[in-house]
Amino acid sequence: MLSTKLIGKDKNTSMRLSFWKPQRRLEAEAQHRSRRPNPARLAVAGALAVALGLGVAACGSSSSGSGGTISLVAYSTPETVYDKKLIPAFQKTSGGSGAEFSTSFGPSGDQSRAVAAGQPADYVHLSIEPDMQNLVDAGVVDSNWDQNSYHGIVQDSVVVFVVRKGNPKNIQTWDDLIRSGVQVVTPNVFSSGGAKWNLLAAYGAQIEDGKSPAEALDYLKSLLENAVAQPGSASDALTTFTNGKGDVLLSYESDAIEAQEAGEDIEYVVPDDTILIETPAATTSDASTQAQDFLKFLWTPEAQQLWADGGYRPVDKQVLAKNEDKFPTPPGLFTVDDPSIGGWEKANTDFFDPTNGSVAKIEEGLGVSTG
Amino acid sequence: MPRLGGAALGRGLVTAYLSLIVLIPIAALVAKSTDGGLGGFWDSVTSPLALSALKLTLILSAIVVVVNVITGTIIAWVLVRDSFPGKALVNSVIDLPFALPTVVAGITLLALYGTNSPVGIDIAFTRVGITVALLFVTLPFVVRAVQPVLLELDREMEEAAASLGAGPLTTFRRVIFPNLRPALLAGTALAFARAVGEFGSVILISGNLPKTQTAPLFIFAQIESGNTEGAAAVSVALLVIALVVLLGIGRLTHWSLRHGR
Repeated sequence: MLSTKLIGKDKNTSMRLSFWKPQRRLEAEAQHRSRRPNPARLAVAGALAVALGLGVAACGSSSSGSGGTISLVAYSTPETVYDKKLIPAFQKTSGGSGAEFSTSFGPSGDQSRAVAAGQPADYVHLSIEPDMQNLVDAGVVDSNWDQNSYHGIVQDSVVVFVVRKGNPKNIQTWDDLIRSGVQVVTPNVFSSGGAKWNLLAAYGAQIEDGKSPAEALDYLKSLLENAVAQPGSASDALTTFTNGKGDVLLSYESDAIEAQEAGEDIEYVVPDDTILIETPAATTSDASTQAQDFLKFLWTPEAQQLWADGGYRPVDKQVLAKNEDKFPTPPGLFTVDDPSIGGWEKANTDFFDPTNGSVAKIEEGLGVSTG
Repeated sequence: MPRLGGAALGRGLVTAYLSLIVLIPIAALVAKSTDGGLGGFWDSVTSPLALSALKLTLILSAIVVVVNVITGTIIAWVLVRDSFPGKALVNSVIDLPFALPTVVAGITLLALYGTNSPVGIDIAFTRVGITVALLFVTLPFVVRAVQPVLLELDREMEEAAASLGAGPLTTFRRVIFPNLRPALLAGTALAFARAVGEFGSVILISGNLPKTQTAPLFIFAQIESGNTEGAAAVSVALLVIALVVLLGIGRLTHWSLRHGR
């Protein structure tokens, strides 16, 4: 719009015209009539394109219900384990022979919203329970999704401290994180749902330590004051940390293991008090039998061992016991449902409400005091 | 578009297209922003974090535009008036920020000018870092707006000015600048609009701290934490401010075309 205005001068206009169609400029008037059908043809082409689009969309939706392909929608981090380990293993079982997968990985909240808005999904795996609740509310997942012996959780992890090789700042406990001069990196809880686990771990650890809720909130404030970056997602946070920023990164144990195996110069410390990260998985209400078989397969000892190989803590007690060298149980391990936190619903209202939550207030204080 | 056949049909198509692509989505955004009532809208926009994000975005965008108008004009000038080996290559490099996914730009800038900077410049997670990212993505707008006008600028005008006794500065001020002004304003408008909405290149280098959170990052965080009304409200505020600035630039352009010389 602005650029057409500024070529309003005669000279520019002629230049622009001659640039497009130099030899036809004089013929333009003569061709005036013959050019008339063009808009009509355009309209026909447009209608065709729309019709084609609808056709394709129709095909897409009709195939999603049938048993052939399982649409897997999950949060970002387990992508490698699904693609390289779990899906191939399932396809080798009798129940999974011939099963084809179409997979989609992304931030948990985004994935949940997309499925609630109609993205085809047979199997969903999210990083926090409220994202699954969102699908229950949308009528995509049955409300009894967690009524099984594993409460709908397919694997666990814990919040750990990722530090530089050799742990130069000797970071072992939560108190070490709020020492002056220690630079902390943790994803922003408002842009990364999964990062809520980090702050819940920090808060719960203080309560486990005998602190009052007010003191625990003060701790969160000190922690966020030491935060030199609050990247938008867990992977952004890892990028920030491996690029050299910060002394300690709050992260999932599984991410830390994966980064270590990818050759990053890091190690990680499992604090004595930390939270058990439980990631919920379910099949949607109209999922095929094969998709349900896939979910059942994920709880078999075989699949649980594959999770362990991929860096995730098995929910099967026996498989976990077999891997206890890799996954030592911290003495002060707690879950989101412990009285110190009081479950997801309470946590989301009390801490993470974007306008009134206590974490929002802390961030506000940090933003205003320095800005 | 003058003298295109079937003016009514053309206008209809334009209206339909603009509605589908621009107007309806923006109307939906405005509707969404007032889901919580006007009071909710106002609360969202005036929350301390939203205000500081909006302020930061506008100030940085203004700085970026001023810097790029100056450097962009100089670059365009050099590309048009000078000849040097590799000029064609440099000319193509200008457009790269358009083609590069902005998040890649963000990672690159973080690696180059972050803590482990190989060139010894550490501006990551500061407002300076955000400014550099915005300079990077908005540079082509000014260069590409000014360059064509410089190309067709009649050098005889400058020679005439010189023969009438004008020094280089006077020639620039009285002859070249008035010719460039509309293009500069157009480049300014595009660069400003882009800087205000830029997300991908900023998210990594800003560190997303409360004091380095620009409005698009703030909006993203609100969406991710389920506060879509708040996100829409701040977006609408951002759009209104941008619209006012763009209208102002449009007026200036209009004025300079009529009274410029």
